Amino acid sequence: MIKKFSISSIFAQLLLLIFVFVWISPTFGLFISSLRDKDVLAISGWWTSFTTTNVNEIYRTEGMESQVEENGYFIIKGKVFEEGSGKLISRFGITSKNIDEFEVGEIAIFKDGSEISIDEKGNYFWRSKEKFTKKKGKRIFVSATSPPSFTLDNYKEVLFKEGLGQAFINTFAVAIPSTLIPLIICSFFAYSLTWMRFFGRDLLLATVIAALVVPLQMSLIPILSIYNDIGALFGVAAKSFPGIWMAHTGFGLASTTFLLWNFLKSLPNEMMEAARVDGATHYDTFIKIVVPLSIPAFASIFILQFLWVWNDLLVGLVFLDKHPSEIILTAKLKELLGSRGENWEILTTGAFISMSVPLLIFFSLQRYFIRGLVAGSVKG
Amino acid sequence: MTIFSLALTVLVGILVFVLFFHVSNFLLDHFGKRSSKIFKLENSLRVIIFIAPAFIVLFVFIIYPVFETIRLSFYDKIGREFLGWSNYAWAIKDPDFRRSILNNFGWLLIVPTLSTFFGLVIANLADRIWWGTIAKSIIFMPMAISFVGAGVIWKFIYDYRGPGDEQIGLLNAIVVALGFEPQAWLTIPIWNNLFLMAIMIWIQTGLALVIFSAALRSIPSETLDAARIDGASELKIFWSIIIPYLQQTILVIWTIITILVLKVFDIIYAMTNGQWQTEVLANLMYDWMFRGGGDSGRGSVLAFCIMIGVIPILGWNLYQHRKEQKV
Repeated sequence: MIKKFSISSIFAQLLLLIFVFVWISPTFGLFISSLRDKDVLAISGWWTSFTTTNVNEIYRTEGMESQVEENGYFIIKGKVFEEGSGKLISRFGITSKNIDEFEVGEIAIFKDGSEISIDEKGNYFWRSKEKFTKKKGKRIFVSATSPPSFTLDNYKEVLFKEGLGQAFINTFAVAIPSTLIPLIICSFFAYSLTWMRFFGRDLLLATVIAALVVPLQMSLIPILSIYNDIGALFGVAAKSFPGIWMAHTGFGLASTTFLLWNFLKSLPNEMMEAARVDGATHYDTFIKIVVPLSIPAFASIFILQFLWVWNDLLVGLVFLDKHPSEIILTAKLKELLGSRGENWEILTTGAFISMSVPLLIFFSLQRYFIRGLVAGSVKG
Repeated sequence: MTIFSLALTVLVGILVFVLFFHVSNFLLDHFGKRSSKIFKLENSLRVIIFIAPAFIVLFVFIIYPVFETIRLSFYDKIGREFLGWSNYAWAIKDPDFRRSILNNFGWLLIVPTLSTFFGLVIANLADRIWWGTIAKSIIFMPMAISFVGAGVIWKFIYDYRGPGDEQIGLLNAIVVALGFEPQAWLTIPIWNNLFLMAIMIWIQTGLALVIFSAALRSIPSETLDAARIDGASELKIFWSIIIPYLQQTILVIWTIITILVLKVFDIIYAMTNGQWQTEVLANLMYDWMFRGGGDSGRGSVLAFCIMIGVIPILGWNLYQHRKEQKV
């Protein structure tokens, strides 16, 4: 189809561009923010981070310990900024009332008679005729321009100090079995629903289809009470990893079985019969014929279930402890939203870490993901 | 637990299931082949081995709980004493419950409709533009993100600072740039529901988009070309050919998103926890599961209300399945 260059096509492109822009900017903003310095993040929008910005900072000079004596003066030297920050000072001040009293290069005089000067790059030179006697230095206020700068500090902090690293590992420990176990048992189940004849098969299939849409809220209270009973009976923890694996298996069972059943019934009947005639048992047929043919279907289902489990919050909240050794990423993130609601550097970074694995899967295996969704996923 | 012991637990957990199937089938093959007399027995044993694990899980985690939840909804908060309809009577009078029902209706009306609409429009646009694939990929991306992650993303957008301060939330920054007062969006009753719904629409449009994209490709190009030759405008083609052709797909997407929206929990729980009149059934249910040591009776009533919402869809699915089986 050859389309002429027309007004309607320009309009279509523009409209789509607006959609793309609206859809990407929330995630993009989060990503950029997670890479920004936390002090800057708290006072300016992420969209300002690509240009040079004006910042006002407070800095405390070194105290008496770093003074040296030269030509009858006591001198303290130091830097306001870290090496290579690229910030340039325009004005500075020595009282909070007048934070941009002096221009760079001017000399400011403190109440005690000591003099301080500061250059553009943030090196200050503070001298006094009398010996410095205070441990704490003086505050200086600087107005500087800051070039765009990004840092990985937030990631270090969140992963190691806030305990997101452990939550990340926990989430894997939940997600992998919660994806593989249903895949294993459902592939046998779907096989028997497709290729085996037995009493009540149609009823079982209808049950699976009904179970597809049953909200998991219907299961939470009874399952939790079963787990509590088991825990009390055997003296083990009611909330545990195996517990949540089985819960996820239960909630993912219907959709996994349904998708596999849909796929298996499309396989040629002759092939199965030929195998049977050759004396292969159902197990042989399953392992040697069905499994190799189903790899693409397995991949789609694996991705769907994995992402579902990884992104789940409710099941993780109900069936796992909030203890650091068990908490999953989404629950941890929710906890941070409550306790660190104003610390955007922690929230944005935490959110991005929790999204990293899904996004990686999304971009590398998008085709399987879409195939699984299109195959008609309805999740209970 | 250390990574090592955690990995070991995971491995053992998975191996249990692999070994169950392998060993039981191996034993059956080994003893079954010796005599053809027990062929029939062998076959039914095989069926049991194949079905049992899934069936037990299905029974314990779905079938039994459905009936148990219905039963518990008539009992007191620890499930001991029969109360009759009093939990339901409580619900009808409870202002939070009424608010939830109202909000859930709002969600059901707005989110599936707008997601489907946007998905359809974008699928159509993207299909005709050379960079459409990239655009689709970007709009589809939120599908991979958790609701909590999306919650953080959007809470950042709705962030509010006092009128004098510099706004770091995108929405307020735009509002201020246009010369209006900044707002604490999530705390404005009724409207804040729309801001929460926006998150769900942002996520689910991607789902609608990919399914529509696949369906669009199944429209015979001859039909479209014929319409174009006859001089039909693109808009006319969209309304008179594409929409009728996609009717079935629209219904499917609408249903999928409806089921999802009925259960919406994470977004509310993470963003407002039902404050400022944003309560929904799933969040209220979670609340009652644990509030004051938990009330399984009231929690069950709320779960059952969500279930009632899906019953028509459940019936429809079974009816469709029946029809397909007969063909």
